[in-house]
Amino acid sequence: MEALVSLIIGVLTACGVYLSLRGRTFPVVLGLTFLSYAANLFLLAMGRLTIGAPPIIADAAEGYTDPLPQALVLTAIVISFAMTAFVIVLALKTYKETGSDHVDGMHKP
Amino acid sequence: MHLIIAPVLLPLLAGIGLLLLRQQGRFLQRSLSVFSVFIQVVLASGLLARVSQGDILVYSLGNWPAPFGIVLVADRLAVWMLLITSLIALFSLLYALLGTDKSGRHFHVLFQLQLFGLNGAFLTGDLFNLFVFFEILLIASYSLLLHGGGKARTQAGLHFVVINLVGSTLFLFAVGILYGILGTLNMADMAAKVSALSVEHIPLIRAAGLLLFGVFALKAALVPLHLWLPAAYAHTSAPIAALFAIMTKVGVYSILRVYTLIFNTPAGPGANMIEAWLLPLALITLVIGILGAMASSGLYQQTAYLVIASVGTLLTAVGLNTPAGIAAGLYYLPHSTFAAAACFLLTNTIAMRRGQFADRLESGPLVSHMRLIGGLFFVTAILLAGLPPLSGFIGKFMILKAALAHSQLAWIMGVVLITSLFALIALTRSGSLLFYKVQAERESAVASAAVTTGSVPIIREVLPIIGLLGLCLALVILADPVIGYLQLTSGQLLEPSFYIQAVLAMGNTR
Repeated sequence: MEALVSLIIGVLTACGVYLSLRGRTFPVVLGLTFLSYAANLFLLAMGRLTIGAPPIIADAAEGYTDPLPQALVLTAIVISFAMTAFVIVLALKTYKETGSDHVDGMHKP
Repeated sequence: MHLIIAPVLLPLLAGIGLLLLRQQGRFLQRSLSVFSVFIQVVLASGLLARVSQGDILVYSLGNWPAPFGIVLVADRLAVWMLLITSLIALFSLLYALLGTDKSGRHFHVLFQLQLFGLNGAFLTGDLFNLFVFFEILLIASYSLLLHGGGKARTQAGLHFVVINLVGSTLFLFAVGILYGILGTLNMADMAAKVSALSVEHIPLIRAAGLLLFGVFALKAALVPLHLWLPAAYAHTSAPIAALFAIMTKVGVYSILRVYTLIFNTPAGPGANMIEAWLLPLALITLVIGILGAMASSGLYQQTAYLVIASVGTLLTAVGLNTPAGIAAGLYYLPHSTFAAAACFLLTNTIAMRRGQFADRLESGPLVSHMRLIGGLFFVTAILLAGLPPLSGFIGKFMILKAALAHSQLAWIMGVVLITSLFALIALTRSGSLLFYKVQAERESAVASAAVTTGSVPIIREVLPIIGLLGLCLALVILADPVIGYLQLTSGQLLEPSFYIQAVLAMGNTR
């Protein structure tokens, strides 16, 4: 499972970096989203990958899952969601005002 | 004891209150906003009196003991930053009342939320909480930056937002690595655990530490991560640019906090992690900032580049990594912030009087109230260039004095002195173009501008600028107690065991 998760994080990050270096705003926004997905998965994995354990220390269960990364990821998801919404609106506003969806606003569509 | 959280809660509550009052007319909103910022100045002064004896005040949120809950920590550095922030916010807001706040809705709400983020970032003692407060101040700053709209502003805003979103992602990766290894996010607890780290984890910790450095360098606009700043600051409205003079200092604050606290264990895994990078990059930043200022075609852009140069000077002082160097940097920090803010406000005052010439550096029409405005520009230029007798000179003198014992003295001395000369040349050129090389036949171009500015008496316009310059003067007059306080501050920073004990002892006594 560790290999699979780290592979997913790696692929997501690579896609995110590639897309956020593109010239048009839509791929850039998509790239930022991929990067934040990768960061969230990474945070979750940093609490160690445990299956079937409760996120609390209990006598009945054998082990426990670290609950803190889940709380961190939740916060990070909310923040990145808000930021993505903001940057989409801003990208649309830039397109309307400059007449081009290029991040530098110079290339003709 | 609840005094510590007041600077965080007050702007938040004021922001929410302003949101509810948005139908109630402008006077009430403006009064509440100014009142809130004024109380923040009072609170910061009160906290300053409390911490100046060397106490480190700790406030555990929700009464959870230290390593488990989030703590707010008010030490000398944090309170010093709080005071600078509230003062600069007060004068920027007073200037914004002249009309900037009318150019879009929710100006005052966003302004208060920006202060909420800034104050929280300075006070928090938890790394993830620092990330959260960064995001709060950033999302408020995105909206403030775009306030009023316009093509150039939107364009610069998009770059600013995208680069900061990438920065936030990197911050999350760094926090993730640190949590994965240390198992804690409380900065004091992290510092205690870093020193007891096993050997195989050291490369990972160093990778995370340098990743964090990249994030903070982005916020501080350190070369090569400075490219977002000139356009963003030059195209936003003047009071916002003045407030944003503190934003780059958040990055400097974070560098100081994290690398003197978490990674400061001597001969430990984090020792000398950023020293090799910080000083050279700071000197390059200084050179690039000044070259940009010399090549600028407008006064806004020139001031923005001077902000970059001031970050370079500041981080040079921090990069010396001695008590005297950090104290000098902490003296230079408020000076450069106030001077840059005054220069942004003054640029707007000048630009409004030049009609279509605005802030462009070419010979244009005569500026009305020339003696007063020209005199203020002269004082601001002296401050920015670092000439005696004002605070820029004392700051640079302290930095150079602290550098005397450094092995790279020749480089530091050469770069700081030569860039000061270039700053002087750039500002002299601007001043003579704006005030001496006036073309009388272009007078008619400002006739329309005079009508728009005529509604506000000149004294209300220059009062915030005079206030900011007065703060720089106060830094000179009160230099002795201020420097005394800052030397104690740098002593406290370089002895992290006080901080660690203050935070972790809180948990044990409960």
